[in-house]
Amino acid sequence: MLIQQLFTGLSIGGIYALMAVGYSLIYSLLNFTNFAHSIAVTVGAYTGFLILSKYIPNLYIALVMAIIIGGIISAFIETISYRPLLNKGAKRIYLLIAGLGLSTAGENLLIIIFGGRFKAYPNINNANPINILGASIGSVDIIILIVSVITLILVEILIQKSKVGLAIRGAAFDLDVTSLMGVNVNRLILIVFIIAGSLAGLSGFFLGMKYTAYPALGQMTTKAFIGAVLGGLGSIQGAVLGAIILGIIETLISAFISSSMRDIVSFSILILVLMIRPNGIMGKITEDKA
Amino acid sequence: MNSYWLGVSTLAGIYLIATLGVSILTGFTGLFSMGHAGFMCIGAYVSALSTNFFGVPFYIGLIFGVIAAVLVGMLVGFSTLKLRGDYFVITTLALGEIVKLVVENFANVTGGAKGLPDVVAGTTFKIVLVLDIIIIILLVNFLKSKHGRNCIAIREEELAAKVIGIDVMKYKMIAMSISCALTGLSGGLLAHYMHYLHPVMFNMVKSNELIVMVILGGQGSLIGTVVSTIFLVFLPEILRVGSAQEWRMFLYGVLVVIVIIARPSGLFGNREINLKTIKNFFKNIRLKTLGGN
Repeated sequence: MLIQQLFTGLSIGGIYALMAVGYSLIYSLLNFTNFAHSIAVTVGAYTGFLILSKYIPNLYIALVMAIIIGGIISAFIETISYRPLLNKGAKRIYLLIAGLGLSTAGENLLIIIFGGRFKAYPNINNANPINILGASIGSVDIIILIVSVITLILVEILIQKSKVGLAIRGAAFDLDVTSLMGVNVNRLILIVFIIAGSLAGLSGFFLGMKYTAYPALGQMTTKAFIGAVLGGLGSIQGAVLGAIILGIIETLISAFISSSMRDIVSFSILILVLMIRPNGIMGKITEDKA
Repeated sequence: MNSYWLGVSTLAGIYLIATLGVSILTGFTGLFSMGHAGFMCIGAYVSALSTNFFGVPFYIGLIFGVIAAVLVGMLVGFSTLKLRGDYFVITTLALGEIVKLVVENFANVTGGAKGLPDVVAGTTFKIVLVLDIIIIILLVNFLKSKHGRNCIAIREEELAAKVIGIDVMKYKMIAMSISCALTGLSGGLLAHYMHYLHPVMFNMVKSNELIVMVILGGQGSLIGTVVSTIFLVFLPEILRVGSAQEWRMFLYGVLVVIVIIARPSGLFGNREINLKTIKNFFKNIRLKTLGGN
């Protein structure tokens, strides 16, 4: 029972981690929280649903499409709303408000287009569970866990080894100096948004697969955000760690205490972390994170 | 005025009290809250439960609601106002959600997700109108006073405000308390107007609506907040569009993005309309048309 719950927690934590990395990447560059992140997640979930039910009933093609569409949506959001604000040198709080407006508009546009109903993915085979250490684990959870781990490792390699990753790490340290070193910062920001959006699209697909696709799915990003804060905003490893811890805690609470306590506990964790250690587990120590 | 439009006007008046509160916090002090519907929720439930269970008159219930909202607000403020920007936003967001979840989970007291029916009636259009006028007069005076100007100084540049000797923490707490009191009052009035409460009435969407109304009106303009609140409450009633809620929220979102990009200070910026500005306006027109004096 405990091992089974741990695996479920890991798979939920993996989904949270995919979203949390997006939050942390953008935060590390621009020092603001991208509240429009939820749109890419929800669009990813609906992309998966549309492709599986209408066009090609192949899980992996749908998965790749969700990643691509998530990236495109995120790039689109960056270009139409954040870019003009960044060029004007607007206060960070304005970026936050714009993101809030976008997420409200996006969520309601999805309700207008698809209706408020829950859309279940067709032909998801969760019937044959796999036995690991005496616990039976659904195949959906296994797929989610494996793909999440591979993706997160790929992102880490991209950031640590590639030239773009070097630029991202430099920009996280100081955006202006990176710009002086000849890096096209605008393009770099766009790339980071595309990475974050693709991860969000993937996590949306997983959420759709595990639960269903519905317009308010984007609110799951709040959980990922708590994970990112818990691990320390701006740190990629911290975001992954925080998200997985949160996923496990949530699963254990809903399994052994009560599922209605789950959300209260997660939000309380958020407030406690902010009171005691606002930098999270691995966040960079700064006096002021406006 | 028939009873339908009277009802819409009463609702607009009730929301106006809440948006004025958010305006003091977000518009004038520069603290951005995403959970003020939570304080509305506290005000509404405390007021409704105290009148229903203890039989106190509804205005006493309103006062209880205001006190409860202010106490919770000060507790939250005390622990998070030291941090700036994002962290305050996140904490208020979490608080709004926690309040909603607590109401949902203590079903034997609050009715939980089934809602709380049979709340004592009491709110009328006259009461709301009088309260609106009193609150606007009080807030105008507050903003003209040293305390109000200190709040604006903190919004403009916190460090500079600190340097000239303003107790930043104290004034943030004052702004937080005022905004919590007003949103709590608004929640109480809403409870005694609707006769029915449900936790979903106070979700994050409601918090976002409050913020949107303030930002569209202009951060730093009371008259802007008043105009945008009345406009945004009446607009969907006038348009009567199908699946109104979704289209309305979609338009809200798009409007916010456009306003933030094109005119970040909102429709009114930091301008107020009073006798002096009206006089100046006509004087300018006279000067332009007649030339000279």
